[in-house]
Amino acid sequence: MQQKQPELGKGVDWLIIWLYAILVVTGLLCIFSVEYRATDEVLQSILGFKKNYSKQFYYFIAAIIIAVFVVLTDSKLFTALANLSYLTGILLIIATFAVGKEIKGSKSWIPLGFMNLQPVELCKIFTSLALAKYLAMQDLDFKRPKAQLIAAGLVFTPAIFSILQGETGLALVYCSFLIPMYREGLPPIYLILGAAMAVLLVISLLFSTKTLLITFAVLAVLVMFFNKRQIRRNSKLLLGIVAVWAFCSLFVGVAVPFTFKHVFKKYQADRIFSMVGVDNPFADKADEENLSPEELKAKQKKSEQQNYNVKQSKIAIGSGGLWGKGFLKGTQTQGDFVPEQHTDFIFTSVGENFGFWGTTLLLLLYLGLILRIIAIAERQRSTFSRVYAYCVASILFFHVAVNICVTVGLAPVIGITLPLLSYGGSSLITFTILLFILIRLDADRQMVLR
Amino acid sequence: MAEYNQSRKNVISLVFAGVFVIILIQIINLQLFSPKYKIMADDQGKFRKVIYPERGIVFDRNRRAILQNTTTYDLMVTPNKIKGIDTAALCKILGLDSTQFARKLVDVIVRNGRSRSSTFDGLLSVEKMAMLNESMYKFAPGFYLQERPVRSYPYDAGGNILGYLSEVDTNFLKNHKGEGYQMGDYAGKTGIERTYEKVLMGQRGIEYWKRDNKNRLTERLEKGMYDTAAIAGQNLYTSLDIELQELGEKLMQNKLGSIVAIDPKTGGIICMVSSPTFKPRFLTGSERKKHITQLLLDPTLPLLNRSVSATYSPGSTFKTLQALVGLHEGVITTSTRYSCGGAFYGCGKPMRCLDIGTFDLRHAITLSDNTYFANVMQKVINNPKYPNVDSSLRVWNNYMYAFGLGHRLGVDVPSEKKGNIPTPATYDKIFGKGHWNFCSFRSVSIGQGEVDVTPIQVANEMAYIANKGWFITPHLVDSIEGGDTYGLLTNFKDKHRSIDIPDSIFEAVHDGMQGVVDRGTGMASRVAGIKVCGKTGTVENYYRGVKQPNHGFFCGFAPREDPKIAIMCVVENSGRFGGTYAAPIVGFMIEKYLKDSITDKARLERINYYSNLNLIPPRIYAEVRRQDSLRHAKDSAYLIAKGYIKVIKDTLGTMDEEEEKDALDKMKKDKEDTRKRQAPKDSTAKNSIIKSEAILPSDKRKPGQADSAAH
Repeated sequence: MQQKQPELGKGVDWLIIWLYAILVVTGLLCIFSVEYRATDEVLQSILGFKKNYSKQFYYFIAAIIIAVFVVLTDSKLFTALANLSYLTGILLIIATFAVGKEIKGSKSWIPLGFMNLQPVELCKIFTSLALAKYLAMQDLDFKRPKAQLIAAGLVFTPAIFSILQGETGLALVYCSFLIPMYREGLPPIYLILGAAMAVLLVISLLFSTKTLLITFAVLAVLVMFFNKRQIRRNSKLLLGIVAVWAFCSLFVGVAVPFTFKHVFKKYQADRIFSMVGVDNPFADKADEENLSPEELKAKQKKSEQQNYNVKQSKIAIGSGGLWGKGFLKGTQTQGDFVPEQHTDFIFTSVGENFGFWGTTLLLLLYLGLILRIIAIAERQRSTFSRVYAYCVASILFFHVAVNICVTVGLAPVIGITLPLLSYGGSSLITFTILLFILIRLDADRQMVLR
Repeated sequence: MAEYNQSRKNVISLVFAGVFVIILIQIINLQLFSPKYKIMADDQGKFRKVIYPERGIVFDRNRRAILQNTTTYDLMVTPNKIKGIDTAALCKILGLDSTQFARKLVDVIVRNGRSRSSTFDGLLSVEKMAMLNESMYKFAPGFYLQERPVRSYPYDAGGNILGYLSEVDTNFLKNHKGEGYQMGDYAGKTGIERTYEKVLMGQRGIEYWKRDNKNRLTERLEKGMYDTAAIAGQNLYTSLDIELQELGEKLMQNKLGSIVAIDPKTGGIICMVSSPTFKPRFLTGSERKKHITQLLLDPTLPLLNRSVSATYSPGSTFKTLQALVGLHEGVITTSTRYSCGGAFYGCGKPMRCLDIGTFDLRHAITLSDNTYFANVMQKVINNPKYPNVDSSLRVWNNYMYAFGLGHRLGVDVPSEKKGNIPTPATYDKIFGKGHWNFCSFRSVSIGQGEVDVTPIQVANEMAYIANKGWFITPHLVDSIEGGDTYGLLTNFKDKHRSIDIPDSIFEAVHDGMQGVVDRGTGMASRVAGIKVCGKTGTVENYYRGVKQPNHGFFCGFAPREDPKIAIMCVVENSGRFGGTYAAPIVGFMIEKYLKDSITDKARLERINYYSNLNLIPPRIYAEVRRQDSLRHAKDSAYLIAKGYIKVIKDTLGTMDEEEEKDALDKMKKDKEDTRKRQAPKDSTAKNSIIKSEAILPSDKRKPGQADSAAH
C-alpha cells in the first residue's frame, strides 16, 4: 500500500545520526592525520583508493548508502529475518575455516575482492537480532535457568568459533550481551560475580597472594567487629561475610595461581602481567626450559612488541598535554611510532593532536551516544526493539571501553576497534548497520514487533 | 513481563558512566600529570640537526686562496630501495665485482639498517663522479650523491702553517665545553686551522626535524619555525706569499731545517718553511689513517714545525746582537779594535778564532771574529758599572729579552717554543752560587752554549735590527674579514721597543752585515742590485754527546735602506759553514720576493742545484736503518715508539689516543713477528738496546766542554 511506504526521515532520531556522523568524520580526520605527509597530494590520494583515508572515505559512502537502505526497510523484516540471519552468520563463520584468509594472525576473514569481510564482526548484528527475537518471545520466562542457558548458548556460540579462529578480542565482545540479558531479568548475581572476579583478578595481579590473604582476613574481622550488633540480631549476616571472605580467599589463593599455571599459556600470562607492570610470579622455570630457544625468542619478541605498542601509545597520548599539538602536527603520529595506529590505536592520534580536551570531548560523544541509545531503548513498546537497543548500546560500550583502556594502558592488548573511528570497512559497516537498524526500529517504536 | 526491571536502566547507565570516569582519570593522569611522556616523545620524535657553515677561506698576501673549501661527493645507498636497479652498471663504474658489491651492501645493512641511508662509497674521485653523474638517474632512488664539503689546499704548500682538520676527541670536548662541539665534529688540529678555529668555524645553525620510527628524518618541525641559520666562517687574509713558500719548500727539500721570512714593517710572516714537511691533504678524512703512523715514526719528524718548535744555538748570528749590546752599554765604540792571534786568550784556556789579524767592529762582524765578540761580552759582563757578574748578566738578559729572545713571541702558529737565554740562576745551578764568571760561559758570546733560539726568533731579531730598534710580533694573519670579534689580532699591532738604541749604533751593525754579504762569510747570498745585510752562523752541535755536522745558519734583511724582508734559514747538520748552503738559499728567497720572479737562467740552475742537494745528515739514515733493525731489537722498539709519540704529542699538543694506540700496536706487532722469526739466534739482542731522543739535542753542556770556532 502506497501510504504505508515509510517516509525517509520520519520518526528518525536525528541526534543519533548527528553523533554518528560526527564520530565517523572525526575518524576520517584521524586516519588522515596518521597517514598524511606534507608531500602528499590530498585530492589525488582521496580519489585514488590507495591510502587508508581514501578507502575509509569510500567505505563511509558505502555505509551511507547501506544506512539509507536500512532505514527504508520495513521493521518487520528484521524480526522475520532474525533467526535466519543468525544461522547464516554462523554458517559464514564456519565457512571461514574453509575459505578464510589469514590477516594479522587470525584466520577470520573472507576475501570479497574489493574488501575483506569478517563474519564474526557481522555476526554481532545477527546475534543481537536473534537475542532480541528470543527474549521477545511472548511465553518466555527468563527466570528459568533453561531460558537463560538457551540465551547464553545463542550468544556464546559465535564467540567460541571466534576464539577458535584466534580472534580473542572479538569473542570477548560477545560478553556484552550479558547486559541486555541483565536488563531483561537475568539475576544480577551473575554480573556481580563476574565483576567481582574481574576486580579480584586485577588485585591479585598487583599484590602478592600472601598480602591479599592477610588483608582479606583482617577486613573480614573488622567488618564483623563493626557490625557485631547486626550480627547478633541476624546470624545470617555472619554467614554471608564468611562466605564472601572464603570466596575471595579461595579465588586469590587457589583459582588465580591455578589458572595462570595451568590454563593460560606462559606468554599469555606474561602479557597480562606485563600490562600491570609486574613480572609473572607464577612463571614456571621448568616450562621455559622445555621450549626450544627459537620458540622462546619468538614469544619474547611477541611480548616485547606488545609492550612497545602500549608504551608508544602512552607516549603519544601523554605528549598531547592539555591542548594537544594541533591537527597534523603530532610528531609521534607523523613518525609512525605507534603501530596499528589507524586501526586499534586510532585513539592515540586524537590524544596527541587534540590533547586532553579532544579526548574528553570524544569520550563525552561516545557516552552521549550510548546513553541516548539506552534512553531510546526504554521508550520502545516492543521488547524486541528494547533488547536490540540494549545490545547495540552494550556492544558500543564494550568496544569503546576496552579499546580506550588498551591505548591508555589499563587493559592488556586486545585487538578490538574503536567504533566508527578506527579504519576498516568491516567494522564501520557493521556499526552503521547496527545503529541504523536501531534507528529504523525506533522510528516504528509505537508498533509492537515480535 | 520484564517491565518491572526498568530500574535496571539506571544501574546500567551508572556502570557505563563509571567506567568512562575511570578511563577519564587515567587520561588526566597521562595527559596532564605525566610530563615524562612529552620528554620521551621529543626524544624519539624530534631531531636537532646541526648545520655546519662553510669554513672561512685563507688568502695569501696577493689575495690568492691558499686554503679553501671544495665539495666532494659521497655515494649514498638506501638498501630497501635498490630493487630493480641496474647494479651491474654501477659496479662497472665503481670498479667492483658483484661479490664485492654484495659484501659492501651487507656491511652497510649491518651497520645502519635497511631503511636508513648510509655511505656506500665515500669521497668519490673526480673520474668516478663524472661517470656517475651521467647515469645517476638509473640508480635512483636507492642510490644518490651527497655533497660533502672538504678543505682543499690549492698550492699543496705550507702544510705546517695551514694545518688540517680532524675529528675532535674526548680531550678536546672536555677543554671546549659549551662551545657547541659534539662527537664527530671536526676542528682545526694544527697551524692556522687551530689558532683561528673560532673565526674559521663560523656559527653553527640548528634545524629541528621530525623523525620517524626508523630513525629517518622526515620533514622540518613546524616548517623550520624554531631553526637558527648557520653563519659562514670568516675569511682570513694572511701576509704569506704562497709562491715564496713554494720556492722555500723546493729549496729545502732533502734537507732538515727551516726558513722564516718576516715583513719587518708589519711583523707579517711572508713564508715559514719547515723541512721536511707533509702534505696536509694526507691528514684529512679517510687519508689520515693511512699516513699518520708513517709520519709519526719518520725520524725526520715531518710533523714538527721546526720554524717555531725547534731550538738551536744561534751561533755567530748572535754576534750582531752582542755588537748592539756592547755599543749601547758603551764598553766599545765602532772603532774599538781587538786582534786575533789565532785564539781568545782572555780566559786562560784559548778559544780558537780563524781570521788572524786586528779588526774594528765592522770587520769583526763581516769576518765573524770570535775573539772580538768574546772581548765585547767580557767587557759587558765585567763592566765596573755593575757591582757583580750577577747584575751585569741580568742587564745583558734584559737586552736579549728586548730583542725577542728567551720567551715566546706569541706567534699565531701553535706549539711555539721559548728557547733559552741563560740567566744568573742558570749558572748558579751549573756551577754553584758565586763559582762562576764570564769565562764560565764565554762561548755564549759567539752564540754557543746555553743559548737556544727558534728560527722565528732569529728572523724576528733580524726584523728588529732592520727596523733599527723595534719589532711587531710576527704573525700570519693580517686581517679577518668581517672584523676581529675575538681580539685575536690585538697583539699584532704594537711596536715593541723596550730599549732605545740610537740609529747610529744600528748603522754600524748594518755596515758590518752588509760587509758579510759583499765581501765576508755570506757572499753566496748576494743578489744583484739589492743591498742585502746578513750574518752567517755555523753552529756546533752535539747529539747525545757525539759531535754532529754543523748546522748552517744565515739570517739577514734586504734592502738595507728600506727593509722589506727579514729572513733566516737554518739547514740542520749540513756541515761546512753557514755561508755554504743557508746563505745562497736566503739569496734566492730575497731575490724572488723583492724582484717577484727569478728569470736569470744561471740562477734558476743554481736553484735546481740547491734544491736537489741532499743534506740529510747520516744520523737520520742511521736512524732509519735502526728503525728497520728495531724489528730485530726486542724491547727497545716499543720504548722508542713511545718516545717518538711523546715528542710529537708535545709539538702537536693533541693527538688521538686511538692513533697512538695504532702506532704502538703496529710496532708491537712488528716486534713480535721478528721475535718469532728470530727466535733461534737472539743472543746478540741484549746488546742492542737503543735509546733515542728523536729530536734535536738540547745541548746540555757540562762545564768545560769544548768551545771553538764558529763562523
